Amino acid sequence: MSSSSAPAVSARSWASEKLFLGMSFADYLKSLATPWNFVAGLIMAVGLPLIAYRFVFGLGATTNLSQTNPWGIWIGFDLLSGVALAAGGYTLATSVYIFGLEKYHPVVRPALLTGFLGYLFAVLGLAADLGRPWNLPVPIVYSFGGPSVMFEIAWCVVLYLTVLFLEFLPPVFEWLGWPKARMWAVRMTIGLTVFGVMLSTLHQSSLGGLFLMAPTKLHPLWYSPFIPAYFFISSIAAGLSMVIVESALSHRAFQSRVDHHVDIDGIALGLARGASIVLFAYFFVKLQGIADSGRWALLATPYGYWFLVEMLGFVLLPSMLFAYGARHSHVRLVRWTAAWTVLGIVVNRMNVSVVAMNWNVPDRYVPSVTEVIVSLTLVTIGVSTFQWIVNRMPVLKAHPEYRDSESH
Amino acid sequence: MKLNRRTFFKVAGTAGAVALVPAKKAAAATHAEVIDAGRRGVLVDTTKCIGCRACEAACAEANTLPGPALLDDAAVFAKPRKTDTTAFTVVNQTAAAPARFVKKQCMHCVEPACASACLARALDKTPAGPVVYHKDRCLGCRYCMVACPFEVPKYEYDKAMPYVTKCTFCAERQAKGEAPACASVCPSGALTFGNRNELIEVARERLYAKGSPYIRHIYGENEVGGTSWMYITDLPIEKLGLPIDVGTYAYSSLTQASLAAVPFVLTLWPPLLMGIYSFSKRRNEVGAHGSDPREEADHV
Repeated sequence: MSSSSAPAVSARSWASEKLFLGMSFADYLKSLATPWNFVAGLIMAVGLPLIAYRFVFGLGATTNLSQTNPWGIWIGFDLLSGVALAAGGYTLATSVYIFGLEKYHPVVRPALLTGFLGYLFAVLGLAADLGRPWNLPVPIVYSFGGPSVMFEIAWCVVLYLTVLFLEFLPPVFEWLGWPKARMWAVRMTIGLTVFGVMLSTLHQSSLGGLFLMAPTKLHPLWYSPFIPAYFFISSIAAGLSMVIVESALSHRAFQSRVDHHVDIDGIALGLARGASIVLFAYFFVKLQGIADSGRWALLATPYGYWFLVEMLGFVLLPSMLFAYGARHSHVRLVRWTAAWTVLGIVVNRMNVSVVAMNWNVPDRYVPSVTEVIVSLTLVTIGVSTFQWIVNRMPVLKAHPEYRDSESH
Repeated sequence: MKLNRRTFFKVAGTAGAVALVPAKKAAAATHAEVIDAGRRGVLVDTTKCIGCRACEAACAEANTLPGPALLDDAAVFAKPRKTDTTAFTVVNQTAAAPARFVKKQCMHCVEPACASACLARALDKTPAGPVVYHKDRCLGCRYCMVACPFEVPKYEYDKAMPYVTKCTFCAERQAKGEAPACASVCPSGALTFGNRNELIEVARERLYAKGSPYIRHIYGENEVGGTSWMYITDLPIEKLGLPIDVGTYAYSSLTQASLAAVPFVLTLWPPLLMGIYSFSKRRNEVGAHGSDPREEADHV
């Protein structure tokens, strides 16, 4: 009897310590009754059956997609915006591990986690959008569409999802208490970071490159041979802004999990400086695209006004506000500007894939309620997963045993 | 063998001559020319089409699709129709007088946008001409639909396990030496099936004949880098309901610059980033110790 109960007790204490935050299972369940969990549960209770419904009855029954408009918000929001906003992973990893900007070390792990979950749920959103998602391995394993931009993206995303997973292993091993495995994972850091930058450069730009194939369908103000460069440059601003927003929210939501000695305000101001420069460069590269095409006259049309809203309101304005905030140490302004920039990236990706797409045909696309709820559900599951991991693993605060270790 | 000046020239000369022989052979008939010689197409002469829609019926039968509605009813021409998952070809009537009938179907581009967009080669150009669909490879991403300037690929939205559908140019019939179903039933001579290069000659003869009513343009000869289906007409081209803003370049060329950057990213990023890494690592070491650690090591 006693020989079998000892492992059972230790298994229970392991589960209690690792999974139930040191509580008994019953106490843990009680602790879950928070307003956020209630809202999240409600969204999932509606959204998950809708996802199941989509797979049983198809895209026609659940979306407003049409023969003219084959791509909707599951591409424009979930995939394009999701991947752009997940760029904090490679941006911060490069800043800290390659450029050696140690100041930003405390936000690398949350950035990598945000990146990993961002990609994971972008791919899940894509799986909902694909008509035959079970064929996802086809271009990876045996039928290679070499000349396709989409082929490059598929490979990069599969590889980069793996890279992000491997990059996030150190905190996982610290949580599990496997120091040897952690050591090996840490040793891969530089190699993974460099590989991650290569993959990110390729697929962040190629997501824009997808639209090179639609010269007659995408509005000339958004269509440009430089669109891969636009997507890549703006992904850097997206990643930096997302890290500012995410770290601010985390420090509010996970008071007990954060390291209060970390100068989170200083980090936000430094990232804002970077984001300001990147947005400024992005603004002028976009401007050059218009100059290059010579389509200035289109600016005085309804689509032109909307283009100006995006360019002035969501690119130039945040660039200026970031610069002002960073210069005057105005952290609140910087955080709101970061949130505004995140919104601006979503606006841009939606403009390219949905709003300015097929602008010259009468058949317009407006997402269905189901599409919106499914997107919302994926975001909710992503945030909940973030919450689950942050509450258990040393993400926002270094693990006490490894606090003084060289890197990570 | 000792390599002196004379033997060097001998060897170099022989190697050069050997290298020249296949090059000359290749110049006689390039790969593209060989393919072009066997490549099929259809010439659509809109001045000859009578709008009987026998092609629609034959297409439906060949592809086991529901037969076209309102087959003998002119009411079907009231507004222009589009191809769909249940109709791979449709005949429309032009709004302008004189009324002409224009058949629509997949153009089977020489360098198809859909095939260069497809990440799994589910859509593939065959050397004979047809752009075929390998349904077992398709992921259902619908990028082909975004890429196609003619709005040809149509998606089975109503199905849980959907496919992309479009005109097959009756690739299987062609493989057996038969004409596509539509062209084989056309009673008016509006559809001429044959070698694409020869069809361009036929078209030119009609266009430049004395008293020719035709507009002197073969739609599809150069559009999007050339299409297997080509149109001639006596109306201004834009009245046919075919897109006129598609350019004369192959759509695959649009992404070439972007894809050409891939090897540069793969080869230039690693040394650049590793260089910066070693630079910043040393800078941080120096910064942490207040002086150069290597110099300190020397003193020990």
